[in-house]
Amino acid sequence: MKTEYLAGSYSVFDIAGPVMVGPSSSHTAGAARLGKMARVLAHNSVRSVVFQLYGSFAKTYKGHGTDKALLAGILGFDPWDERLRDSFRIAGESGVDYSFQPMEGSAGEGTGWESVHPNTVRFLITTHGGEKFDVVGCSIGGGKVRIVGLNGISVQFTGESPILVTRHLDSPGIIASIASLLYQSRLNIGNMRVSRKRHSDTADMYLEIDGSVPKSIVEQIQELPGMLSVVLLQPEE
Amino acid sequence: MESTNYEKGENVMAEFWMSEILKGCVEKGMSLGEYILASECENTGQTREQALDRMSQMLDVMEQSARGGLENPVFSNSGLTGGCAHQYHGYIQKGQSILGPVLADAVQMALSCSEVNAAMGKIVACPTAGSCGIVPAAVLAVGKYRGNSREEMVQALFTASGVGMVIGEHATLAGADGGCQAECGAAAAMAAAAAVRLLGGDDEQAVHGAAMALKNLLGLVCDPVCGLVEIPCIKRNAVSVSVALTAADMACAGVRSYIPFDEVVTAMYAIGKALPQQLRETGQGGLAATKTGMEMYQRIYGQDYGAM
Ligand code: SF4
Repeated sequence: MKTEYLAGSYSVFDIAGPVMVGPSSSHTAGAARLGKMARVLAHNSVRSVVFQLYGSFAKTYKGHGTDKALLAGILGFDPWDERLRDSFRIAGESGVDYSFQPMEGSAGEGTGWESVHPNTVRFLITTHGGEKFDVVGCSIGGGKVRIVGLNGISVQFTGESPILVTRHLDSPGIIASIASLLYQSRLNIGNMRVSRKRHSDTADMYLEIDGSVPKSIVEQIQELPGMLSVVLLQPEE
Repeated sequence: MESTNYEKGENVMAEFWMSEILKGCVEKGMSLGEYILASECENTGQTREQALDRMSQMLDVMEQSARGGLENPVFSNSGLTGGCAHQYHGYIQKGQSILGPVLADAVQMALSCSEVNAAMGKIVACPTAGSCGIVPAAVLAVGKYRGNSREEMVQALFTASGVGMVIGEHATLAGADGGCQAECGAAAAMAAAAAVRLLGGDDEQAVHGAAMALKNLLGLVCDPVCGLVEIPCIKRNAVSVSVALTAADMACAGVRSYIPFDEVVTAMYAIGKALPQQLRETGQGGLAATKTGMEMYQRIYGQDYGAM
């Protein structure tokens, strides 16, 4: 396409923006964004959460308010929500248990995550229903983030294209059914990972989708026999 | 900050220099601000109204943060800093400032934005959170003095953004890459361009203002105490807007930068690359490594600075 005006790689609102709660785009805004993604992945139902902090997050989280921002995200607040700084109080009032564990060493060590980024956090979440979620994310600068680990699977979610996360019974045919539902809507799977949990006979699957995923597909997948849960993470905005 | 990789059109980034953009402005008979607005719409699919409206929302938040620290003192999340904007505000009100009303107003607003940021208040990163006070302070102080309309201030923010976009394209806007010249320096260049337009100067003068502002912050290192966006960031915002307004004032008088803006940007990047790691946001050199800086480190993190 021929364009009329010169353009660079920045949008105007990358430069004059974003609106955020300070003080640091990577330690505060990015942290809140990660918390909110982790909450969605845990079906918006967080009873308790342990934040394991790595690298620069482990060292400076108190000063930058990274702790308040992560918790605010877990409560569902956006990076520009001024309630961010009161998240400890609000979590207390709403009965969400939380704790912070600064960790030694690099985030990826011995876990299989593909993360070497200095600003990394691992969320260990228990939902109201007692389900467990393990989410690992990095704040990669300028408020941008990346989810790199999900329930033991190494993933890449940056917020650019949608991802579908399913938990289902580990039985034949279920993955094929999901794929064919997506195919019927002409949706392409960009990337896919599966991890099986033998002790519970369940499997977690992560799918990166090209293009936007309509809600109806999520409902159809949810209806499949053996499907335990489906989460769709959409790009922001 | 990192770049957003939205789909680009046919124009390659290599052309995205200020000299080329100004040529485009002349060809199309458009101001720099209008050109940047049109380019934004073309590349993101926003309508003109949407983009103007969005910028107007930015201006709203800028106004709030520029005032948030004046009437009452605000203190940072870490407890290291706070209350400077309020102190200076009181001093101005007693008529003691020697700066003259516009500059003094700009200085207090830059302090306020930065302190609100450190206190986990709402701000507009412009271009970054650390340098968030400079552009708002210049636009609001000059705009108030000149009685500019809100539309003119929004337009000036597009002019400023164009300056920032060129710096981001060909240099960097991250203290971790280029030192504070990339944050407060870039913000001062943006602020100077906006101020020139609000003062009635043309785009060429605006770009000379931007060049003169950036030139005078070249080499500024990023050395935040405890790695936190507070010391020296808050006061650097105040002094950077002074640099911006001085440059804008000279530009409006017809003073030109002998070195063209694009070349100043190239120099800034080269200087940034030459800065040692300790002086690029690691909190391991400069003011962070002073005796007092190290004591603050001990106080905040409960461990020796050497352990960092
Ligand atoms: S000193 Fe560093 S952290 Fe502070 S404003 Fe400058 S670039 Fe940003």
